[in-house]
Amino acid sequence: MSIKRLSPEESLAMDKFSVDEGKPHIIVDKTICATCTDRACLVVCPARLYRLKDNQISFEFAGCLECGTCRVMCSAGGVTSWNYPRASFGVTYRTS
Amino acid sequence: MADDKFDAIVVGAGPAGSACAYVLAREGKNVLLVERGDAAGSKNVSGGRLYTYALEMIEPGMYKRAPLQRKIVREQIMLLDEHAATTIDYFNPSFAENVPQSYSVVRAKLDEWFASEVEAKGGTLASGILVDGLIEENDKIVGIRAGEEEMRSDVVVAADGINSLLGRKAGLFSDLEGCAVGVGIKETIELPDSVISARFAVKDDEGVARVAIGCTDGISGGAFLYTNKGSISLGIVFNPVQAAKQGRHIQEILQDFKMHPAILALIEGGTTIEYGAHLVPEVGYRGIPQRLYREGMVVIGDAARFGINTGLIIRGMDLAMVSGLAAAQAILQAESTEAVGPLYIDKLEELMLLGEERAFQNFHQIFEIPHVFREVPKLANEAMQFLFTVDGKVPTPMVHGLMNVVKNNMSLGQILADGWKAYRSL
Repeated sequence: MSIKRLSPEESLAMDKFSVDEGKPHIIVDKTICATCTDRACLVVCPARLYRLKDNQISFEFAGCLECGTCRVMCSAGGVTSWNYPRASFGVTYRTS
Repeated sequence: MADDKFDAIVVGAGPAGSACAYVLAREGKNVLLVERGDAAGSKNVSGGRLYTYALEMIEPGMYKRAPLQRKIVREQIMLLDEHAATTIDYFNPSFAENVPQSYSVVRAKLDEWFASEVEAKGGTLASGILVDGLIEENDKIVGIRAGEEEMRSDVVVAADGINSLLGRKAGLFSDLEGCAVGVGIKETIELPDSVISARFAVKDDEGVARVAIGCTDGISGGAFLYTNKGSISLGIVFNPVQAAKQGRHIQEILQDFKMHPAILALIEGGTTIEYGAHLVPEVGYRGIPQRLYREGMVVIGDAARFGINTGLIIRGMDLAMVSGLAAAQAILQAESTEAVGPLYIDKLEELMLLGEERAFQNFHQIFEIPHVFREVPKLANEAMQFLFTVDGKVPTPMVHGLMNVVKNNMSLGQILADGWKAYRSL
């Protein structure tokens, strides 16, 4: 493969993840997100896990790079709980 | 693992935590180093470059054992606009002499090595354990909780990174502000070592550190490139507040940068093998919390938000190690647990970490100058184009032509205002 423009999904496909199925380490309350006008998460989550669907914020925790940006930038408080994944889950960096 | 309590529990096996645990273990303390990743370094991302002096402070010659990448001998500054690029290349082979000043590093390798050094000195490494709370008794921190397990110690050293859950749980500081951090994203690009050496004009053990502006869609921030052994680290750090207002996704902006012809030429034929993200403390001294300790606990490294970014020099790992050393010295010398915290602050002064932070305390204001990230690099490239263009026509007189370039991009008022702000920051 040579260098090419990667979509967020393609970028994440390079990484090694172990997903804690059914146990999200970040909890997002969409009713709070519905009141938010900033919606910084759509732009600043490096993994682009926050998306807009039918004008509603959707969030997928698998693929999280555990950086904390969404929590720090959440202005309305929709990110109601932010933790690291349980031990042995989440991203495993090998070359970063 | 001992049933009894430890002299110290260090949470987080990054550069800060391992430095602290290493010194404590070496001096005979019973130390537990807890890491949430299955291996140290597996949760960590940095640019990254390590300034070697920090390892030398911990133990002279130690760097020779470390899995460091390339000695940095070329410092480069790149100014980009959409089509063109101007690069300043400062080559100084003396940076590689004696104890080389700095090395590119890969954290998965560096951190794993450093944690193994702690074990070699008799420290206990417990990886794959997520610490989720502190044990508090009589207003004093006396240990940690990880799931059902409790572990006790005289001192807990929080080296749990920029998002420091422990610092917040201990009530030492509140969460990070968006305006005080940068969000860094990076790709690791695999390339044969010989290709890297040839493209960057360096010997096989020497390398390049490059910073770039003009590639962030006008958002306050900048890109970086480091040559490693067999790979290149390429990324951008953004001010997240400005990024949010601007509206384009930051991952997409990184792709633009990667595909810029001036960058693509350097990485062509390579393969992206990893994508990482991390927050970095971005406002230096002013971002350091007022309280970095309470009885039974000290906070070090990224958790304490130590960082220096002058635009050209980006430091975090070295400061993390120095702060780990400061905490270790405080723990070793304090006569009571109560004395550890104040002594830690004294040691931060003594080891000059706080002095360095203060020396650069206004630098972050440079990143608030509005035109630095788009207009200035564009202006530089247009000036170059004017200077280097030959088309068989009678050229505009030099001064006039350059003035036109300037006027096309910025007003005189803007230049004066920006210049004044830059002067005030430095």
